[in-house]
Amino acid sequence: MDPLFEFLCRMGDNTLVLGHRVSEWCGHAPVLEEDIALANTALDLIGQTQMWLGLAGEVEGNHRSADDLAMFRDAWDFRNVLLVEQPNGDFGQTIMRQFLFDAWHVLALEHLQKSSDTRVAAIAEKASKEAAYHLDRSRDSVIALGDGTAESRRRMQAALDLLYPYAGEFFAVDSVDTAMADQSIAPDPTTLRASYDVCVETALAEATLVLPESRFAHKGGKTGARHSEHLGHMLTQMQWLQRAYPGAAW
Amino acid sequence: MVATLPAPADVWGWLDDVPDPEIPVISVVDLGIVRDVGWEGETLVVTVTPTYSGCPATSVIALDIETALRAKDVNHVEIRRQISPAWTTDWLSEKGRAKLETYGIAPPQPAGGPEKCPHCGAKDLERVSQFGSTPCKAHWRCTVCLEPFDYFKCI
Repeated sequence: MDPLFEFLCRMGDNTLVLGHRVSEWCGHAPVLEEDIALANTALDLIGQTQMWLGLAGEVEGNHRSADDLAMFRDAWDFRNVLLVEQPNGDFGQTIMRQFLFDAWHVLALEHLQKSSDTRVAAIAEKASKEAAYHLDRSRDSVIALGDGTAESRRRMQAALDLLYPYAGEFFAVDSVDTAMADQSIAPDPTTLRASYDVCVETALAEATLVLPESRFAHKGGKTGARHSEHLGHMLTQMQWLQRAYPGAAW
Repeated sequence: MVATLPAPADVWGWLDDVPDPEIPVISVVDLGIVRDVGWEGETLVVTVTPTYSGCPATSVIALDIETALRAKDVNHVEIRRQISPAWTTDWLSEKGRAKLETYGIAPPQPAGGPEKCPHCGAKDLERVSQFGSTPCKAHWRCTVCLEPFDYFKCI
């Protein structure tokens, strides 16, 4: 196992799976402006996926394209964190998931711009502008809905209670992370935790939401050891066309 | 026989006639996405950077550039994708900014919002949505003439 390939799959699978989830809202969002915002966010994430998985395929050297990696791997080969494969739920749950992801994403990309691998640094530089824009929106929305009506606050608190236990996986370390940190390709995930906590705690305080006390973290997504049941179901939708008609193109 | 290769300055001029597929009022050169033009042997290499990483216009732009150059009898064209340095709205040309405004799209401002309504020039504006009809735009409204308009996001 090449740790760089694994790392690139983690980055690309996070944006791919979240991008697909967010795109599920297309045509269903509560208001037109949100529909457009969600579709645009999904588009950015899928664009970033092309860069990460494109480089993963190049590094692997088995002639697999970004599309091949996205469409022809099964659930156990995906390396996204469990957070991003969780179902959309209501709009509040979708926005909370986005915020918990964006807060990590912005920090991770900021560090990756200093990667010793110039290809990784270039992708991070490109993606970080988009991620910062996403964080602006998801943060504002979490605050507006948390500090909104009794009903919107109740839903945002429920979303936070449900999803916060998935945030800890971003900071779990395994041999891939250690190898990346040793080669200065990517930061040690644990070093991002303090800044992440500040970002999340500040926004949640403004949103009048209460952060769960427990730091228990669901894990198994980024190592691929144990995805939740939701990923496989999502892939049946995302991959069905390429599975039914392999190699189909426009 | 080796024909004389067109000078890169001429090529830049031709590319300035290639419209952006989604905002046809400005050219791909105005948009600042053409980063370099040069010959490598007998192949003309045009280096292009995407605006947003998922922008669906990117592949259309590459095709349009190639088509425009073939029309000028340049038959060996390579479109090279470059992502760093990342595209910024600072690279929009002055000409492009002026054309956007005439077209009804407020050009990007470092302050993060439009300076004035592209229709009536009023400065009382409100944001409708952080996103708009394409990845590079947001949706705003003038509270004086009440017209909605696109704002070219500043990144």
